[in-house]
Formats: sequence, C-alpha cells, structure tokens
Amino acid sequence: MDTIAEIPKEEFILKCTSACAGCSDSLSLRYVLKAAGPDTVLVVPACCTSVIQGIYPNTAFNVPVYNIAFGAAAACASGMSNAFRAAGKKTNVIVYAGDGGTLDIGIQAMSGAFERGTDFLYICYDNEAYGNTGMQRSSGTPLGARTTTTPAGKTDAKKDIDAIAAAHDLPYQATACAAYPQDLFKKVTKALAVRGPSFIHILAPCPPGWRYSTERSVEMGKLAVKSGMWVLYEREYGKLTIGPQSKAAMKKPIPLEDYLKPQGRFKGIDPKTVEILKQRIAKNFAKLAAEEASS
Amino acid sequence: MFEIRIHSRGGQGGVTAARLLALAAIHDGKYATAAPFYGAERRGAPIVSFVRIDDKPVRIYSQIKRPDMVIVLDASVMDVVDVLQGLKKGGKVLVNSQQKKDFPGFLSSNVDLTGIALRENLVVSGSPILNTPVIGALAKQGLVSVESAKKAIKEMFSDERNVKAAEAAYQEMNA
Amino acid sequence: MKKIATGNKAVAEAVKQAAPTVVAAYPITPQTEIVEQVAEFVSSGELKSRYIAVESEHSAMAACIGASITGIRTFTATSSHGLLYMHEMTNWAAGARLPIVMANVNRSLGPGWNIWAEHTDALQERDTGWLQVYVSTVQEAYDATLMAFRIAEHNDVLLPVMVNLDGFLLSHIMQPLDTVDLGDFIPPIHLPHAIDVKNPAGYGCLTGPDQQFRFRWDIERSMRDSVKVIEETQKEFAKRFGRKYGFTEDYQCSDAEVVIVALGTLGKEAEVAVDLLRKEGIKAGSMRLRWLRPFPKLDLKGKQVVVIDRDYSFGRGGILATEIVAQTREPVFSVIAGIGGQEVTYEDIAGFVRKRRIGEEFWFGVSGNV
Repeated sequence: MDTIAEIPKEEFILKCTSACAGCSDSLSLRYVLKAAGPDTVLVVPACCTSVIQGIYPNTAFNVPVYNIAFGAAAACASGMSNAFRAAGKKTNVIVYAGDGGTLDIGIQAMSGAFERGTDFLYICYDNEAYGNTGMQRSSGTPLGARTTTTPAGKTDAKKDIDAIAAAHDLPYQATACAAYPQDLFKKVTKALAVRGPSFIHILAPCPPGWRYSTERSVEMGKLAVKSGMWVLYEREYGKLTIGPQSKAAMKKPIPLEDYLKPQGRFKGIDPKTVEILKQRIAKNFAKLAAEEASS
Repeated sequence: MFEIRIHSRGGQGGVTAARLLALAAIHDGKYATAAPFYGAERRGAPIVSFVRIDDKPVRIYSQIKRPDMVIVLDASVMDVVDVLQGLKKGGKVLVNSQQKKDFPGFLSSNVDLTGIALRENLVVSGSPILNTPVIGALAKQGLVSVESAKKAIKEMFSDERNVKAAEAAYQEMNA
Repeated sequence: MKKIATGNKAVAEAVKQAAPTVVAAYPITPQTEIVEQVAEFVSSGELKSRYIAVESEHSAMAACIGASITGIRTFTATSSHGLLYMHEMTNWAAGARLPIVMANVNRSLGPGWNIWAEHTDALQERDTGWLQVYVSTVQEAYDATLMAFRIAEHNDVLLPVMVNLDGFLLSHIMQPLDTVDLGDFIPPIHLPHAIDVKNPAGYGCLTGPDQQFRFRWDIERSMRDSVKVIEETQKEFAKRFGRKYGFTEDYQCSDAEVVIVALGTLGKEAEVAVDLLRKEGIKAGSMRLRWLRPFPKLDLKGKQVVVIDRDYSFGRGGILATEIVAQTREPVFSVIAGIGGQEVTYEDIAGFVRKRRIGEEFWFGVSGNV
C-alpha cells in the first residue's frame, strides 16, 4: 500500500460522533476499523472512545461496541474471543483503550490476556493523560508535561508499556500514529492476521489536552516521530523492524523543541528536563537500533 | 446416630478414611456424612475428621463433641492430643498399634495398620497408606458390612492391594 | 449409583451437566475444588468448555461478561475476597442482563485472614441485581446449580444467579449425592441481545439521566418476574427428579410459636434444635431461607421469630434480621452467630430459642452479652 487512496472507502465511524474537534483518537479508530472490516467487535473500557461513540440510544460506530469498566477490557475480550472461537467464528475482537486503561488500571488484565495467548488485538491509543476526565496525569504522560494533577510538570518518566508488552513474547506488536495512515492500516491488517494476542500502541495527539490548535493533530504526530519522541516500529515474532520515518529521524532528528513548543502542556518546561528527554530519545534510538541489528 | 472422630496427622489419609467409611455406610443403606475439620494445619500436624452414620439424613454440621468412637491412625498423636476428649462412657477406641493399650472405662482395641500397609507394599511417597486397611478393621467391628467396605474401597481405589490390606486388617483386628 | 461428594464436587458435577461454553475462574480457598474439578472435566473432555484461567476474579467476571454477551452459557466460582474483588463486575453482569451462573463459597472477610464460613461476602452483593440462593446440603448444592442455569437464562429473567454454599461446612463435607439424567431440563440458551456483527449496536454506552432509571427499573421488573420463574423451575425439577424446593424450607412451622430463620447449614442444623425443643415442650419451627434475592414473602404472622445471622452490617445489625423486620414490621430476636466459622451447634441454637428476648440483639460468644 503506497497511497492513501488504497485505503477502503467504507466508513465504520459514521457522522456526528461526540469527539472533540481535531481528535486523533477517532481518526486512528477510523483507520483501525477500515482495516478490520465489518466482522469486528470493539471492546471499549472507560476512555474518550466510550464518549465518542455517542449517547444511548444512538451510536456512531457501525460495528458492535461492548463497553466495559475501566480495568476490565482485556479480560472481557478474552472471554469474548474464546466464546467466538468456541462457536467457530473468526470475528475480530479488538480492545480499543486509552493509556489510562492500558498502562495503569488495565495492565493486569492485559498482561493476563497476553499470557493466556488470547486471540485478539489490543490497541492502546495514547493521548498521554486521562483525557475523558479532563487531563489528569497517567503513567503514559511524558516527563515535564503539565496535566491537571501535575500542574508544575510531570516529574516521572513515561512508562515503557511497549517493553512490557514485548516481555509477553507476542506474535505481533507495533507502534503507530494516525499521522501515518497507511502504516497504521497495514499494521492493523497484520495484527489481525496473526493468531494469538497482538498489541498496537498508537500515539494520539489531543488538542485540548496537549493544548495546541485543533487543525494541527496530524502535524503533531509527525513532529513526534521526526523528533524521536515517538518511534514507529513493528515486532513480528520477536523480529524488530523500525519504520522508514523513524529511521530518518534516527539519522537526523528535528530539534525536540519543535515538538514541545507548539504544545501548551510543555509551556515553561525547564531546560534540564528537555535535556533529559533528549537523552532518553537517544537512548531509546540506540536500544531499538541495536535490537533491530541483532534480530 | 453413631458419631466417630478420627485422629491422624496431615497427609496420613484420615480424611479419606472418613470418606470411605461414610461411603461404605451409604452402601449399607444408611445415611452418612464425613467432614474434615479444617484448621491451618499443614502436613504432619495432628488433624481430626468426623463421620456421622444414621438411619435418617444427617442434618448436623457442627463438630462432634461426644463421639461414640475414636479412631487413632497415628498413636504418636496421643502424646499431644487428648484423643479421649468427650468420648461417651463405654465408647470405643481403635488405635493403629501393635500393642493394645488400656483405656479405663472405654472399649479399647488395636490393629497394626502400618504393618499391614508395609506388608502389602501399600506405600505412597514413603508413607504407608492407612485409610483402606482401617475400613477392614471397622467392618470387623460391625460399623459397616464387609461387602460395602470392599465396594467403597473399589470405587475409590483401583489398586487391588487396598482391598487386600482391608481384608488383612479384618483378620488381624484385635477386638 | 449412590455417590458421595463434597459440596464443591457437587457444584462441579452440575456444571459438567449444564455444559457452559466458557468457564473463567480464579482459585480461592475454600472454592478451589470447584475450579480444579471443572478444569479436570475440561481436560478429560467430559466437559466441552473453554476454561479460561484468568489472573484475577475481576477478570473472571469480566471474561464471563465478554463471553456471555456473544450468547453462550458461562459459569464461574469464587468466595470471600474474590467476590469482593469482582464486585464492580458483578454489577456490570447484572446491568448487562447476562445470565451468568456463579457458585460462591461463603467465607469471612479479612482482616484477620479467616477462611471459614460467613455470609457477609454474598450479602455485600445483595444490591447488585443478582439472584441469590443459599443451599444447605451437598444434594441441594447440585440441584440448585442446575436450576440456576435454567432460571438465569429464562427470557423473563436474564439476570445472573449466585449459588451460595457455606465454606468448609458444606464445601468440604461429604454427603450422599444423587445425580440426575438432565435431559432437556435446561433448554438451549437464547440471549435476545447477543452481539451480532450484522446488526451492530452499542452495549452499555453512555446513558443519560433521562434513560438510566429505565434500565434500572427493568432489572427490578425482571427480578419480580423471576419469582414466577423460580417457582416454575422448582416445580418442574420436583416433577422430573422428585426433589422439592421452595423459597424457604419450612420445618415444623405450621403450629410453631417460635420460628428460627437462618441461611445455609445453620438453617439445616436448626431443624435438629427444633426436634430438641419440641421434646421439651417448646413449639419451635425452622424456616430456612433459600432465596435472598428475590426476597420472598415470609409467612411469620403471629410467630415469635429468632433470626440467626452469620453476617453483620456494622452500625445497623444482622442483615437477615434487618431484612425480615423490614418485611414483617415485627421485632425479632436477632442472634449473631457463626462469624468466621465460629462453632455453633444445634444445642447452641436451641439455647438461643430458650433464652430469646424479642426485640433484642445477641452476639453469641461475646461476654457481657450472654
């Protein structure tokens, strides 16, 4: 797939969702569902998507959506996948959860479902805070970012959920961003083709949460990748492949300040913290490059 | 109602003995319950289990306070536990031992269940199995019929040596 | 063939025959034997189910929810802290109108760590929308589990059912068990709102103040409708298999002047106390409450009532006593006994009746209260 025109025209997210303007959570989900097709059930814990789908009795999604409590998505999907498979159905079971529901409250259920080899796709769309409740810090919030519970900027680093997921030796794992729709589409297609658990971690820039103007979500995703704050890669049966966009960033990243500056959440970040972020980017690049070279 | 308290150590099969006895009694057309008393005891610690046998359904769940009979699968338990506690006057005491011990006021009997188990090579993980031979001894005492005792053992254990050990205990039982 | 089984094994035997498509469970003392036995049945092929060995009770119920909404039969079992840990999900299961069947082996709550019988665990679930039945024998544990599937899945109910059995006292006791040839006693499951990818819908989505109460009322409506379904099911069970069950099990109640009300094994042992009291000339009876939700109409008019609670609601009283007083509007003698497996004999129960002080509360074994 080389051009965006090759992505199917069929829409599974209908008009009139309750998403904020410029929401990249719903943009990501749009591509996810185009890749998954109609024989799909979404399992959605408490997160922005549970609002975006619309208010009863309406729904803006054209696939069944099972809403479940915050910490339970992967376990719910585990039961659902087993039930479908027992009935001989190949229906895709996709968890679509935020960073809070994945990195924090849902991590136990996710780890359990991975360990049990559940045939499902777990997607974490990561807007790096509890967006639904008004941007409180999550363990996905990056160092230095202001949230309503870290008003002076977060003093802890972002949790490396991808390393945690990788520790489960998943058949397929990837990172993605809606700023690169073909890449996202391909990764979802691949993830759903494998049997067993797969994990895709999507960076989801969030205009109200990150405090940038609504038309810049795609740009924000690109800046994240180009600066190295977000790295696109996939791990197939343990073999790591870094995406060309991130390869380019590894050779010559844009200044991190280009990514931080347009975002109100990094306003007033002190230079020392920026330096730490830069060091972490370099370290992460080196780690991934070494893994790719050895695998 | 006939109430039996079995003293043993964790891992010796006291609970299974209770179950076998209750099952044999049921095969005799009676009603029975078998209940382990669960403490926080581990393997090797003294434990008790209970069997109630009656002509009508047993509706009691509390522990047996005044047993009609006490069975001691491990004589060393008597050093640390008063096995005669609450035993009815003239009640029966059956001890797994080569020697008969006198218990004034009670009907004492003994049988060398350990010796029988060793002779029949009925040993699991280094421990002689006592729960099947003891049922033979109890059949001799008339608690259950020989046929029902054998039937119960066969239902729970496929190894023929269990029945043989029970038969040996029946023969050797020193009433 | 005459069998002997523990309460736990009896539940597992019923589950084998009901054949749920998915079982998701997490072990906890004293429930463990249920899940081990079910796993064994699955492993041996006697039960064609998928056994999901989840990593927590919260996930056990969540997995049952995810499985159930596809329209298949599900089962789980838990106890005590496990039940509390899944509390969020038990609410979800009922709210989502999923006919999940769960065995709960009643056990005390920590601290201290106590693994013995108490009803506070299940009673803390009484407002969740689950039907609750309490059993008193190994046979009843088996029978009630079979009936639970039929009741839960009945389209006039579509609510989960919890079968409660006393930890150790019943879960581990060995008693005779007659198994039945089930036939078509439990009809194939039909979940009208099962997920259908050809007819996409949102389940449990954002619901506004103008709608939520309708869903809640609908649960209550079905809870009320379940009374008839329970009656029909118990009647049909008696017709097919010969064993009769009601909302209560009444023993010597008709001419009784004083009636003991209790749950589970205490309620069964109370019958022996009644025999003892009758010999002494005290006209006693026992009304063992089987169904706690829906709460039945109790015929206690003109009787003195002694309620034994193996549970407590701090700052209020024995939970069962409170429920009964709320219905009968008559004072009772409220006895708190058997907490955390406290030994209570039929002689103790007879003593409660002899020394009854209607309108008062009595904590068994607490000095100064005797």
